[in-house]
Amino acid sequence: MVLVFAELGNGNLKKTSLEVAAYAAELAKNKNTECIAVAIGNANAGELEKLGNCGIKKVLHADDDKLNSVYSKAYSKIITEAAKNNNADTVVLSHNSTGKTIAPRIAIKMNAALLPGVSSLPDGNNFSKTVFSGKATAQLAAKTNTVVITLNPNSFKPHLTSDTASVEKINVSIDAKDFDYEITGTEKESEGMVPLPEAEIVVSGGRGLKGPENWAIVEDLAKVLNATTACSRPVADIGWRPHHEHVGQTGITIKPNLYIAIGISGAIQHLAGVNQSKCIVVINKDPEAPFFKAADYGIVGDAFDVVPKLTEAIKQIKSS
Amino acid sequence: MKILVCISKVPDTTTKISFTDNNSKFNEDKVQFIINPYDEWYALVRALELKETLDGTVTVINVGKADNEQIIRKALALGADDAVRVDTDPADAFTVANEIAAYAKPENYDIILTGKETINYNSGVVAGMIAELLDLPYVSLASKLDVDGNNLKIEREIEGMKETLKVAMPCVIGAQKGMAEARIPNMRGILASKTKPVKIIAPITNEIHVQSVSFSLPPEKGAVKLFSPDNVKDLAEALHNEAKVF
Ligand SMILES: Cc1cc2nc3c(=O)[nH]c(=O)nc-3n(C[C@H](O)[C@H](O)[C@H](O)COP(=O)(O)OP(=O)(O)OC[C@H]3O[C@@H](n4cnc5c(N)ncnc54)[C@H](O)[C@@H]3O)c2cc1C
Repeated sequence: MVLVFAELGNGNLKKTSLEVAAYAAELAKNKNTECIAVAIGNANAGELEKLGNCGIKKVLHADDDKLNSVYSKAYSKIITEAAKNNNADTVVLSHNSTGKTIAPRIAIKMNAALLPGVSSLPDGNNFSKTVFSGKATAQLAAKTNTVVITLNPNSFKPHLTSDTASVEKINVSIDAKDFDYEITGTEKESEGMVPLPEAEIVVSGGRGLKGPENWAIVEDLAKVLNATTACSRPVADIGWRPHHEHVGQTGITIKPNLYIAIGISGAIQHLAGVNQSKCIVVINKDPEAPFFKAADYGIVGDAFDVVPKLTEAIKQIKSS
Repeated sequence: MKILVCISKVPDTTTKISFTDNNSKFNEDKVQFIINPYDEWYALVRALELKETLDGTVTVINVGKADNEQIIRKALALGADDAVRVDTDPADAFTVANEIAAYAKPENYDIILTGKETINYNSGVVAGMIAELLDLPYVSLASKLDVDGNNLKIEREIEGMKETLKVAMPCVIGAQKGMAEARIPNMRGILASKTKPVKIIAPITNEIHVQSVSFSLPPEKGAVKLFSPDNVKDLAEALHNEAKVF
């Protein structure tokens, strides 16, 4: 049996939940076994049934309003119990902030091997995972019979059907000491934008933009593409842009379908965090900028001239 | 206040990655090693700041063989009081967590700090495993940490959100950017580091959960397709019709 954790945010399934559900269903099919999902916290009407679209037949629902935020102890306890009760030997989560926090606990509780951040279905017993911040791939094999897998966001595209899943409420035994912290506040950082690790299109600016007052051209381009904005490390360090936009080896690692780099030289540490992007576009006035070697498309030119033109051209295509 | 900081040894960020032994091993030839940046810049420096303002001790722990001494001395030069090295070449994250938890258990640290992940394996799972093995609260991806009585006030940065929370000590914290500013060791620190104690202890088990079977490098990119700044429209068309990315 494969058990997948389908995370809710404000009562809705997260995008990563559809990815892990589809991945887990496929994994189960290949192993000739079943796959069930577990969800924690309140869900909006009809939401959990949608996991059927990804090939899940049954969803266990720990419907408790105390559990609408992630508590690493409580969540890992519920998921581990669900795995035990259903004889699951494989547990799948997303390699997002929640998965990274609770998967290690689940692995220890189940005495299972933890395969973190895998990017595809296994080849035999081997799971691939990017290592050295995107500079290489490793094949990992579990030495135990039970495994906990976390799947990298944007690595697995669900093929959705119109099937629906049945939902079964489960009782959970949670007490005060399972809440390992008290959440005192939350604040949205990039209003209206898809979070960077989940974004399919990212528009990123570097020191070549000269100053924070020039970011409008980056933001305009991002807006027509419905993209999330990012930046190079020095740009975040000098305070031109917020830290949470910093991508690269010591920032966020991303894997969008399209990455547009504007006025970024393409230092090895920057490339490490973005070179798994499916398509890379570089706009830089220096033809020798190392980024061109890692790019699919490029323009050697002044960002202040090229970027507004690109925004306009994309607008035209989108409206035609 | 008694703080334990876990430090990992990783290749310098400019390293050209390659493999040996039929692609089963990272090629360490001519590689410069450093303390994992998240461990050094954020976890260790914040621990030192707390020690400076609140009194207490900072111990660093590393699981690794004798050649890791160099990065341990660097941590001592930055200001850690003493160090522990578990003398084994760890094969997976579980080994690292298991050894650190076993050492830390009787020591009763108030805070166990790690970086959010290493830049070589990028797993970010050691801290969570230590927390589970010691049955302690765990906060990952912390970008700010302040002491408030017996509690820590933490800010976390997670997918497009900032979360503030309160957690009781003892606890395990994974640190990321924002928590502190990187420091450079000064001459006094470097001199003092030479005589600070490094305790070498034997590993408790050789149990491993995950084997790294082989490694590969990403396929070379084909040549970049360049467009002229006068034909930006053609780039937009190519992205739309050829790459089909919007
Ligand atoms: C340990 C370590 C970790 C690091 N981690 C990271 C990381 O995670 N992420 C990261 O990004 N960096 C990281 N760095 C820094 C990295 O080495 C580079 O310094 C950094 O990426 C450079 O940022 P940049 O490209 O914005 O700036 P620069 O290197 O200054 O490049 C600016 C570019 O803009 C171009 N330009 C200038 N004007 C224009 C114009 N008008 N139009 C078009 N192009 C123009 C220039 O030709 C140049 O290529 C790290 C460094 C170290 C030592």
